[in-house]
Amino acid sequence: MPTNITLEILRYRPEEEAEPIYQRYEVPFRKDWVILDALNYIKDNLDGTLSYRWSCRMGVCGSCGMMVNGTPVLTCATFMEKFLPGPIRVEPLANFPVVRDLVIEMSDFMQKLKHVKPWIIREEEQPLSQGEYLQTPAQREEYEQFSMCINCMLCYAACPVYGLEPSFIGPAAIALAQRYNLDNRDQGAKQRLELLSQDDGIWQCTLVGECSVVCPKHVDPAGAIQRYKVAGATDWWKSLLMPWGNR
Amino acid sequence: MLFVFYEYLVGRENKVMAQYETNEYDVVIIGGGGAGLRAAIAVAEINPKLSIAVVSKVYPMRSHTVSAEGGAAAVIKSNDSLDDHAYDTISGGDWLCDQDAIEAFVKEAVEEMLQLEHWGCPWSRQEDGTIAVRPFGGMKIERTWFAADKTGFHMLHTLFQTTLKYEPIQRYDEWFVTRLLVDDGRCHGVVAIELATGKIQAITAKAVIICTGGCGRVFPFTTNASIKTGDGMALAYRAGVPLKDMEFVQYHPTGLPFTGILITEAARSEGGFLLNKDGYRYLQDYNLGTPQSKPVLRSMELGPRDRLSQAFVKEQEKGRTLEGPYGHYVHLDIRHLGEKIINTKLPFVRELCLKYENIDPVKELIPVRPVVHYMMGGIHTDMHGATPLKGLYAAGEVACVSINGANRLGSNSLTELLVFGARAGKAAAHFALEQKEPGSAIAALAADETKRLEKQFLRKEGGSERSAALRSEMHRAMEEGAGIYRNQASLKKSEEVVRDLQERFLNISLADHSYTFNTELTSVLELSYILDVAEAIVQSALKRTESRGSHQRTDHPDRDDQNFLAHSLAYRNENNPPRIEYLPVTITRWPPGERVYGR
Repeated sequence: MPTNITLEILRYRPEEEAEPIYQRYEVPFRKDWVILDALNYIKDNLDGTLSYRWSCRMGVCGSCGMMVNGTPVLTCATFMEKFLPGPIRVEPLANFPVVRDLVIEMSDFMQKLKHVKPWIIREEEQPLSQGEYLQTPAQREEYEQFSMCINCMLCYAACPVYGLEPSFIGPAAIALAQRYNLDNRDQGAKQRLELLSQDDGIWQCTLVGECSVVCPKHVDPAGAIQRYKVAGATDWWKSLLMPWGNR
Repeated sequence: MLFVFYEYLVGRENKVMAQYETNEYDVVIIGGGGAGLRAAIAVAEINPKLSIAVVSKVYPMRSHTVSAEGGAAAVIKSNDSLDDHAYDTISGGDWLCDQDAIEAFVKEAVEEMLQLEHWGCPWSRQEDGTIAVRPFGGMKIERTWFAADKTGFHMLHTLFQTTLKYEPIQRYDEWFVTRLLVDDGRCHGVVAIELATGKIQAITAKAVIICTGGCGRVFPFTTNASIKTGDGMALAYRAGVPLKDMEFVQYHPTGLPFTGILITEAARSEGGFLLNKDGYRYLQDYNLGTPQSKPVLRSMELGPRDRLSQAFVKEQEKGRTLEGPYGHYVHLDIRHLGEKIINTKLPFVRELCLKYENIDPVKELIPVRPVVHYMMGGIHTDMHGATPLKGLYAAGEVACVSINGANRLGSNSLTELLVFGARAGKAAAHFALEQKEPGSAIAALAADETKRLEKQFLRKEGGSERSAALRSEMHRAMEEGAGIYRNQASLKKSEEVVRDLQERFLNISLADHSYTFNTELTSVLELSYILDVAEAIVQSALKRTESRGSHQRTDHPDRDDQNFLAHSLAYRNENNPPRIEYLPVTITRWPPGERVYGR
């Protein structure tokens, strides 16, 4: 077992550097350390100027996504041991503008999330005095996996379509739209379908499925996109065959 | 890559200009977790004309509510009653809870939880489609709603996604609040730094609600996320608002060694056992009942958290715990539940054990030890979330109403976010509707704050203290002196260290002078906040010479209702230890009695 391991970290400080550089840090190697532990070691002991986001350290807040040796991962859930003997290259998530060092700009996703109306839409609200909307375990299971998205942005970093066409609404937002469409309490699927069918990106999605592969929560955005394609195409055919129909 | 950087810079210029347009609101909420988001919706629903800003140092869905696992309590089943929920909470809190607040809490809990269900929270269900409930520690009837074991995650995302449909709710994501604007006895807003640009700006408001959560990071070993640094508590404390019951710190009995990752109480409510090194269910030796094969409510592993954590320390003293590289531990055994129950009811427990501890709880024992989890104390508020400072409100873990008393029951805190988030939102909205615009003195206060930050940190020259070193010294002092068991001598020592650290803090030095996403600056500001919180904890613990709930004094082992059936209030005292005053507990229908578990 080695005593130390080297990290090569992308640094970008817009006030100082016109272009990013790679900086090497040697940190102690410990079997139970994840990449994030190494970053915290650097921040506390070697270089206070390194910037990155983190919070829960238990894989649920979604803050600490980065590229590690070219793959998007949650750094709190990725052990260094996997990359022996090193060096380990750590970079900000691909496909996003970089604010500084390992911090990416994600306001684009925040707008896209709102765009897909990720809330329960109903024609009529049942008063609270009548109790809960009924939902059987089987009905809950329909949408459950899509509700597991932690907005960590790994799927966007892995998405070849988003890389080329930043207007693409993208895997997580589409999965979250589907989370509400498949919820038996919701009646907004038609509104969301109209919004999403305007997005050319859906049709460009080649179903490589990289988004589903990198998802740390086993959400299947690629599957959600596929279902949208089918729904969108069915709608289009219906409009041709029954232009007067009540779609 | 250069191209994206260019795009970012251009984008940023536009953003800066846009942000100067409006920085005046009716209500400003600090913190975008469960309480803050629930408060924001409450304000929007009182009057859609009210403008609302949610100012948070992280994107709302990163807030620590996300980590809560087990569930949220509310009476919904016919075998349950509001009085039962009230009594469990009051006895769990060792009679330090205000009973008028509890009566409101248990009543409104039901409606709030149903409201969240209507907003889409994926609560786990029974076969007939109704809400499912599970047992929880210290509760004598099953009343804990859950969304598998990711309850906080689902509640937070449901609330956040629901706020997106309210146009009046504007967000300041990744803005770090550095002070409250207080003039003429009233709170008028905040000063905050935009992390991405370093811009320091006043955001004024007719009412401010603090919802920044707890302060677990005052201790070294905690389930709390790195962001839980007591910011809101310190902001209020510095503005002259007292911090209430700060000596009451909850240790959760089952954290993973090293990481402090929480293994939810639901693991025990589903039937998990706590075993010492001999495989013996040691809780039977600590007046918590006799072991049964199936979980028994208010007994053994389903006792309250304070008693279970204290039993661990006693067990360690008897030499019956195991020892690993990260200290002593015992075992949590859920193997007998079987893979199916574990996968459906406790999937996150399995995921966390596999990913972070490299063990599979279906086949192996889980190492656990007590871990700092929750702060019963906080900003002194009334039942409407109002603090003694006009225009300032607080809700959630940052506040102390108090419904949690000397020991919170598991699954009451998520419900508290909803009930008191909504209450504070409504009260702040009504207050804002009655107020005029703030006076001109506010601009001058904001300018002073800008100068302070530059002089003390960003433009400071010299200084030799590093924040990481001060932080770890504080951690040691708090763990050694103010942990599960404390006494006069240990607390005195912690007091001295904290005071010394506060002095050394003035000589702090930053390596990073950048205005762009300067996380060294925020961590230094967080350190200054949490040192203030540490001071309040230690002093409140020193002055309470009795043992009650989570506050155990080895030199004063008994509860003393004669002198201490009262909340402590810690007032900041410039250059001196805080002044401690007491406020009697409100008793309505449940006179103080013995806490009985397991019989």
